Amino acid sequence: MKLTPAQSEKIARTVIWAAALLVIGLLSFIIVYILVKGLPVINVQFLTDNPRSMGRTGGIASSIVGTFMVTVLAIAIVIPFGIGTAFYLAEYTKGNMLTRVIRFSAESLAGIPSIVYGLFGFIFFVIYLKLGWSILSGGLTLAFMILPTVIRTSEEAILAVPLIYREVSFSLSATKWQTISRVVFPSALLGIVNGIILSIGRCVAETAAVMLTAGLALGMPTSIFSPTRTMAVHFYVLAMEGISTENAFGTAALLIVLILLINVVANTLVNRFMAKGR
Amino acid sequence: MTDNVLSSNQRVKLRTDSLNLFYGSFHALGDISMEIYDRSITAIIGPSGCGKSTLLRVFNRMNDLIPGVRVEGEVLLDDFSVYGKNTDVVSLRRKVGMVFQRPNVFPKSIYDNIAIGPRKHGIKRTRQLDEIVEHSLCQVALWGEVKDDLKKSGLELTPGQQQRLCIARAIAVEPDVILMDESCSALDPESTMKIEELMFSLVEKYTIIIVTHNMEQALRVSDMAAFLMIGQDRIGKLVEYGPTIGMFSSPKDKRTEDYITGRFG
Repeated sequence: MKLTPAQSEKIARTVIWAAALLVIGLLSFIIVYILVKGLPVINVQFLTDNPRSMGRTGGIASSIVGTFMVTVLAIAIVIPFGIGTAFYLAEYTKGNMLTRVIRFSAESLAGIPSIVYGLFGFIFFVIYLKLGWSILSGGLTLAFMILPTVIRTSEEAILAVPLIYREVSFSLSATKWQTISRVVFPSALLGIVNGIILSIGRCVAETAAVMLTAGLALGMPTSIFSPTRTMAVHFYVLAMEGISTENAFGTAALLIVLILLINVVANTLVNRFMAKGR
Repeated sequence: MTDNVLSSNQRVKLRTDSLNLFYGSFHALGDISMEIYDRSITAIIGPSGCGKSTLLRVFNRMNDLIPGVRVEGEVLLDDFSVYGKNTDVVSLRRKVGMVFQRPNVFPKSIYDNIAIGPRKHGIKRTRQLDEIVEHSLCQVALWGEVKDDLKKSGLELTPGQQQRLCIARAIAVEPDVILMDESCSALDPESTMKIEELMFSLVEKYTIIIVTHNMEQALRVSDMAAFLMIGQDRIGKLVEYGPTIGMFSSPKDKRTEDYITGRFG
């Protein structure tokens, strides 16, 4: 049996639509399921109380603070190194041995499972540098983990800036640094920020790497040397140890809401910033 | 308006002496020697790929951005060696500004587009910047059209206005020389005419070198014309250089005649 072009067109259309619908359906099912199970748990007390009796009762305030601190620290560490490396690769070299080594390393780092980062962080930061289980160890480890993403997305954003902008800037007798800081960087900012938002999401959601480096402590952290249990880890422990499925769903729902919020807020900020120039 | 005739004692602003330029092993320009006169409009004409833009970009060392470029011979701006060992490219480009083929305003406000150059040179006082912006926009006859919209994005202007904004941006750093690389080729005839009128007023203060594909334009605006062509050896050479009127009325070289009468190119 031979298909007419019209028939094959129809079949292809159906298959592609079905695939897309399936994916959207599955995704929304997961999100809705977690939100339906978790949102009823979330109330003011859940957000402001520290966990009690291993998280069976009480809230997750200390975990929220710990997650926030670990993420902010990781992002603060990664921004100068990641963006600096991206500018070095994109603007200061023309494909020599060193850039090949950097690119190869970054690509390899990107492919490593996060538990390996956790193990590295545990051995190097926690034990060798004697930082212990702490927000600092966790932040440093996460910074290493997201570094390749930040480098790659920033470099792509920088390379996407039209060459003519650089030429115009040079023709106005700008130095290389002035060209980069006043013309290339502002034009690439949107892409760079997008990469960082992506990384914030990964930090907030990361489990394995922070469990081994920031620890499992339930207390409210007092400094970056305090151990902490991030929300994703808390959720994992609650579910794995069978402590409280209810609170696990509550934490998961909050994580999802948080990541959605980060994306929305960051997009709005970036759009407003870009709109000023348009 | 210029009368297309140069007085014999006109001062030389730019001079090239046996200029050779290579892109890697490719010999792009061969033995170009010419003198460009102060406060005149010089047109570089020739068929596509003959090295017109390359020659233009020698004067502000824009070719430096391309890896593997090598320049031999001497290029002088006044008495200042453009390719000298100790030449500061940044201060060279302050004296030699450039306007590109397409209007390429930055995605910033009209004001910031013009202020970007002066700010780079350390001018921070708002009053001084305001003055520079107004003065530059007046010189390109854009002030009347945009004076109430300085905060508006430069991208909202028409292409013709954008190109005049680019010229204003170039003159805001007060260069001596303005290079224009086919700066009208992306514009409609009316905008082209406005820019040509602009050249006539700017040439009282600046030395202007243009690259153009448009013979009528070269004849209309330029005092001097340089005809470039690729020889048998694939090297771009200066075939003929002289007052535009003379070249167009009685070209000395057969190849020039063939080109300007539209027989090829």
